Amino acid sequence: MIRAENISKSFGDREVLHKVSAVFEPGKTNLIIGKSGSGKTVFLKCLVGLLDINEGEIWYGDTLFSKLDFSAKKEIRKEMGMLFQGSALFDSMTVEENVRFPLDMFTSFSYEEKLERVNFCLHRVNIVNSNKLFPAELSGGMKKRVAIARAIALKPRYLFCDEPNSGLDPKTSIVIDDLIKEITDELNMTTIVNTHDMNSVMEIGENIIFIEEGEKCWEGSKNEILKSDCTILNDFVFANALAKQLKLSAGT
Amino acid sequence: MLKFLSSFGRYWLLLGKVFSKPEKPEVYYKQTTKELISLGLRSIGITIIISFFMGAVITLQTAYNTENPIYPTYLIGLGCRDSILLEFSSTIVALILAGKVGSSIASEIGTMKVTEQIDALELMGVNSASYLILPKIIASLVFNPFLTLISIIVGICGGWLAGTATGVISSQDFIYGIQYAFIPYYIVYGLIKTVFFAFIIASVSSFQGYYVEGGSLEVGRASTKAVVYSSVMILLFNVILTQLLLS
Repeated sequence: MIRAENISKSFGDREVLHKVSAVFEPGKTNLIIGKSGSGKTVFLKCLVGLLDINEGEIWYGDTLFSKLDFSAKKEIRKEMGMLFQGSALFDSMTVEENVRFPLDMFTSFSYEEKLERVNFCLHRVNIVNSNKLFPAELSGGMKKRVAIARAIALKPRYLFCDEPNSGLDPKTSIVIDDLIKEITDELNMTTIVNTHDMNSVMEIGENIIFIEEGEKCWEGSKNEILKSDCTILNDFVFANALAKQLKLSAGT
Repeated sequence: MLKFLSSFGRYWLLLGKVFSKPEKPEVYYKQTTKELISLGLRSIGITIIISFFMGAVITLQTAYNTENPIYPTYLIGLGCRDSILLEFSSTIVALILAGKVGSSIASEIGTMKVTEQIDALELMGVNSASYLILPKIIASLVFNPFLTLISIIVGICGGWLAGTATGVISSQDFIYGIQYAFIPYYIVYGLIKTVFFAFIIASVSSFQGYYVEGGSLEVGRASTKAVVYSSVMILLFNVILTQLLLS
């Protein structure tokens, strides 16, 4: 379980997050939603420790992560996997080398054992016969799937996904969403997905946090969103005509 | 001034991270081997071309500036040898490498930074500064002295060929000149300078790339800064080291 308590983060005089609190439970796909520039990515980067917080506390289970030093944080980070917005695959490495990298770095497996694990992870995300390709030779959807394979190579306890569907067509987005959900269930991970894709919200949103201008405005499940009377949330989630119709039909 | 001090402080903090204990030495060993090929072996060609023509020009210029029967012609060979040993093969080659290798390092690390590849390393629990920069520094420190030695040999060959081909000096005189009053310490002096310059090129360029923020435009700027700052530092340290080592 990950617990964030009253997280505040400023860049100079500009406060990007203001006293945001949230609890992310294991075995669930937790979604952080909000407009572009609302502070979602900053919140996610604070949770994983890529940005230092100004105020508040971040707990991973019983460990106060936000107060740990660099080397102690490294130990918890070995239990994290992250899917970055642009996939962040290493350009100079092949697909196989990318997925093998965490295994090379943190395990004492033999080459054959590592290869077996790499092939298992790639097969799990439906990437076949692409081991020797470089990231530049992959499509956007394939890059995301390879990034997921790399993220789960060490069987992490925590999975973070920053805009997993950005730049993907609706069908591929659903494939990625389903994959995240399935892997979360399989490995019983605490998964946090940062998104503004409403299809994702309706598909996999078990616990949803809505952030507006750096503050948490709403929290609930995908079913509760349909019945919510929070105006700011409704303006964001039901912005298009189709979504408005959905909301109306849910209300009747 | 404050900006300069802040950058200076960040540079030393980065070096502190770079020289911390590697997570897995064998992975770093592999990475260093890759860098030896990328930064070292792939610089041999440019070093040979530059050194050859540098040696040729030094010989011809020395010959035209000592066109006097009082001076024995073997001094042309001696002048060529000492110029190459003392200055050209270490400093000029370092300046050329600052352009070639420095910009490559800064743009490679800078691109990794803006595409979140460095964040990905950090998130895995890898010390990104050490993993990316330490192999480059080691590869430069190991290979650049070889480049300097290659430059010395090729430069003198270039001088000999240009001198004999244009008829400004006979082959015998040139060979006598490069052997005359030879001080072996000059080679050591050149190699010591090369090691310092190699460290400057690799560390300053990596620093510029590692702290890039923004997009491709900033990566380009960082690459330019890497070349400019490395070159200025090389020239500054050239003066300091010359005073320390030859006085």
